[in-house]
Amino acid sequence: MASSVATAQLQEAGPALRKRRSRWRSIPPSVLVFVVIVIAIVLMAIAAPLIAPYDPDSGNLRGRLLAPSWLPDGNPAYFLGSDEQGRDVLSRMIHGARISLAVGFAAVLIGGLLGSLLGLLAGYFGRAVDEIIMTLADIQLAFPFILLAIAVIAVVGPSLRNLIIVVGISGWVTYARIARAQVLGLREREFVVASQSIGGTSWRIIFRHILPNILSPLIVVASLDLARTIILESTLSFLGLGVQPPTASWGSMLGAGREYINTGQWWISIFPGLLLTLTTIGVSRIGDWVRDVLDPTMRNI
Amino acid sequence: MSRYLLRRLLRTVVVLWGVSTIVFFVTRLSGDPITLMLPPDTPRAEVERVRAQFGLDRPLPVQYAIFLKNAVTGDFGQSIRQRQPAMKLALERMPATLQLAVLSFLFACVIGLPFGIIAAVRPRGWIDNFTMTLALVGQAVPTFFLGILLIILFAVRLQWLPVSGRGEWQTWVMPVITLGTYAMASIARLTRAALLEVLSQDYVRTGRAKGLSETTVILRHGLRNALIPVVTIMGLQFGTLLGGAVVTETIFAWPGLGLLAINGIRSRDYPVVQASVFLAAVAFVFINFLVDLLYSQLDPRIRYT
Repeated sequence: MASSVATAQLQEAGPALRKRRSRWRSIPPSVLVFVVIVIAIVLMAIAAPLIAPYDPDSGNLRGRLLAPSWLPDGNPAYFLGSDEQGRDVLSRMIHGARISLAVGFAAVLIGGLLGSLLGLLAGYFGRAVDEIIMTLADIQLAFPFILLAIAVIAVVGPSLRNLIIVVGISGWVTYARIARAQVLGLREREFVVASQSIGGTSWRIIFRHILPNILSPLIVVASLDLARTIILESTLSFLGLGVQPPTASWGSMLGAGREYINTGQWWISIFPGLLLTLTTIGVSRIGDWVRDVLDPTMRNI
Repeated sequence: MSRYLLRRLLRTVVVLWGVSTIVFFVTRLSGDPITLMLPPDTPRAEVERVRAQFGLDRPLPVQYAIFLKNAVTGDFGQSIRQRQPAMKLALERMPATLQLAVLSFLFACVIGLPFGIIAAVRPRGWIDNFTMTLALVGQAVPTFFLGILLIILFAVRLQWLPVSGRGEWQTWVMPVITLGTYAMASIARLTRAALLEVLSQDYVRTGRAKGLSETTVILRHGLRNALIPVVTIMGLQFGTLLGGAVVTETIFAWPGLGLLAINGIRSRDYPVVQASVFLAAVAFVFINFLVDLLYSQLDPRIRYT
């Protein structure tokens, strides 16, 4: 009985909604695999101290540069080998996931909030506000952000907080452009004009009437942006501008391991790199799917 | 058209002013280059003298005004490290970066476009699945990891290619692949998406119905119309390439603008950082401008007013 009522409601809601709901329900297997992988990596990051076999930061100088246990010349104590300070690569990878994911998510949040707010303001108020904000966007897009990030971090000093802020700011432009374009489409609609005519304040209109209507494209941008923030974090850490030693992040492990690829100790850099790539593949595949479900028209961003 | 060009030009000037202002203040905040430059036991008077020589003893707003005045004429001051004009150093490095970026871009187009086209011709077929999986990986793998993988495989294991440097053709292979892969993957995915959309249009069916060959339909009717979003992305990709060059040049010790800027930041050689970032921004803005002009050639419906 209850289900037939639900079905009737769905039919009433029209084909679009029905299609959308069924799309959420049936995750394609190729996406489901990555959902499982990403969830596993997140859980691994959360439970890092419980599952890592060794302390990630304390080494054993007599056990330096040991090969993974399953190689012919491997050391049985270290499944993925040990690094230049005799630390367990596997344990450092498990702990490194915390930095990569924390910075990635936090940066998306910062960039998303900042960009959406600026985009809303630019689109709603237009004129000078719009000009200033969009010129700022052009300026930011006009030069390689990585150079600015490097220069800023050289000024303020490398730390987890600074890393999150810099990576966060790097992404605001996309959110701002999408939000602005959406607002331009909504600004003259009846419900906005109605609210204006009964004396609704700008803030009320922006946050109560406009924002809820533009959320889904912004969520799409955020879900596609996560892979980018994770990569930017690891790039800065690779260049030595991320969290400082001995704390592990995938990027800094690669940066340190780079010194040893010529002498054959490839495992120090390869394994964190593979896990990083697996994470970004998973995250972008999920992002693509979120976009297809929420807003297939955004294929081009 | 000329009004559009004028507005566009004005905006470009504002953007370049913004870029140089940001770079000016960020680099000035990053500490005193003079103390790094001189031995620690240099007498105070000597430190002050050198500081005055570089104009660093003046108030910041004055320094900024002088900086802007000189920047207009392309004068970014003397390199603090190398005792040469900063702009000259940056210009010397420019060809290495541009060559790398252009070759990587060509690599991306030459591989990415055909991949996108053949994937769209038989959607859901095995070629499509294969190329799109490759493209997904290509977009997700971080530049520096790809570079390190290539070095381990081709330089350390197989010893086919040199690890770093810029010289004969072998030195170009790994940097070009490293830098071009992301753009290649993006171009392939977007070409496929755009072409699929165009191929479902009525005029494509008409073309097939009147007996045109499949090649003509796909290339003349399909691709030509699918290219507009692709060209947009290509323009943006070229900018991304200039940014990615920073990382690629670091990995392969490629003597380009990016490496110059990175080393400039590390040694606090402000004038060099300013000149190189400014030059990169000029190149980027110029390319975007060209892309805009290219639109109207591809799509006569676009008119600039």
